[in-house]
Amino acid sequence: MTKALNGEEVAKKITKKFPGSIAAADKAAVVVTRKSLYQVAEFLKNTPKLDFDYLTNLTAVDYTDYFEVVYHLISLKHNHSVVLKARCYDRDKPAVPSVVSLWRAADFQEREAYDLMGIIFEGHPNLKRLLLWEGFVGHPLRRDYL
Amino acid sequence: MLDIRCGGIISEMAIRTEPFILNIGPQHPSTHGVFRMRVTLDGEVVVDVEPVIGYLHRGIEKLGETRTYTQIIPLTDRLDYVASMTNNFAYVLAVEKLASIEVPERAEYLRIIMAEMMRIANHLMAIGFFLNDLGAMMTPVLYMWREREKLLDLFEMVCGQRLTYNYMRIGGVSHDIPEEFLPALKRFVAEMPGFIDEYDRLLSQNEVLLARTKGVGILPKDTAINTAASGPVLRASDVKWDIRRADPYSIYDRFDFEIPVGTVGDCYDRYWVRMQEMRQSVRILEQAIAQLPEGEACAKVPQLLRPPVGEVYGHIEAPKGELGFHLVSDNSIAPYRFHIRAPTLINMTALKDMAIGWKVADLIIIFGSIDVCLGEIDR
Repeated sequence: MTKALNGEEVAKKITKKFPGSIAAADKAAVVVTRKSLYQVAEFLKNTPKLDFDYLTNLTAVDYTDYFEVVYHLISLKHNHSVVLKARCYDRDKPAVPSVVSLWRAADFQEREAYDLMGIIFEGHPNLKRLLLWEGFVGHPLRRDYL
Repeated sequence: MLDIRCGGIISEMAIRTEPFILNIGPQHPSTHGVFRMRVTLDGEVVVDVEPVIGYLHRGIEKLGETRTYTQIIPLTDRLDYVASMTNNFAYVLAVEKLASIEVPERAEYLRIIMAEMMRIANHLMAIGFFLNDLGAMMTPVLYMWREREKLLDLFEMVCGQRLTYNYMRIGGVSHDIPEEFLPALKRFVAEMPGFIDEYDRLLSQNEVLLARTKGVGILPKDTAINTAASGPVLRASDVKWDIRRADPYSIYDRFDFEIPVGTVGDCYDRYWVRMQEMRQSVRILEQAIAQLPEGEACAKVPQLLRPPVGEVYGHIEAPKGELGFHLVSDNSIAPYRFHIRAPTLINMTALKDMAIGWKVADLIIIFGSIDVCLGEIDR
């Protein structure tokens, strides 16, 4: 059984290394600040005993007040998982750092989130629309679309 | 210096090749749907591949936000239409996890039976069309479809459909199996190992197959993990990761089966892993038939389900890889957010790594060995 790590405990480990990087944490997920997302992701990937080598799912949710980018991480080595989140409050230009250089699995998934939700992934090598055509106006999965 | 023998300047030009861009698809017999590859070629050698997708995009995630939880089930049929049953399965499991619904024992077994039948049907089609891409035009496919047809007949028996089943329900399955189903399934399970032996004899040591696939399109272990490849593509690269074993859902912990893994991660290994997985699925089917209990086929679930506020990520080992559903509920009758983690979209991230340096003909095989379904990639 894949063990879902307690978000609060993971958050404690992250705070020890990067103070002030945690925005919120509960049992199910760790919410990090937008600025520290990349270094926290790097920490989760490269720290022994955490070893999150497999980014299984990346998606974004529009809560109208803010966007939440959700990362489902798994460690194939230890068979445990954690949910990492980052929130963007700027509706016009919601941006988070790209994690493609850590997990290439993020490549298409970040493009999809950009295409359908309008999240800008800073540092993505090829950030363009994935499913819709170039020239399409708007991001259909936003709650205020239509 | 000019070479007089070859006519001077012409010979100097002959040794230089300009890279050029070739569009394969979207309408092309080897793209398995409406899929376009923008391939940069140096002569006949692949320098770069860029998949261009979205031709079949129907906005299923957006549609899901305006439908009730039960109304979404037929939408999931239209994802990977070669394996609709497992799409239903993954979705209802995620909703049950979100709403904490218990499923009757008999329904669990029926679901496992359907899922493993679906896996065999999918792999038959995957291997058949993989050989089609190799140039064995239609003959292997006909052998594979002989057995797939029997499976489709069985599916038709339980739900009246041959492709988009809409059979699973939140809390169980739509209705119990008819009495002629089990004898027919038992006959199939008894015959199938013989048929797999037949494919093995025809194909596994075939000289052309070996020459075209051994060592072709190698996906190294670390790249496979880094690109989050899943399913047979990941396992062919010698990673023993099967969600049925690693994170058992439903009642998979009750069955005895093995996880076949490849050695180097070439096209042959991906073919071989699928072949072995069919044998393991037959084993699971045998055990599930023997253990199948009597009882209800569906739990009592309110027709307008309102799961509590929260979010869930449920994933299963679909025939093509990890199929996941990320659902966010705001306690209304429709999900607030409905996201699908499509295995073949993410498996395609590594297409470039596998294809660079190989010829166009090999690119077609490498693409075929991933086993894609465009309904799922484009959603």
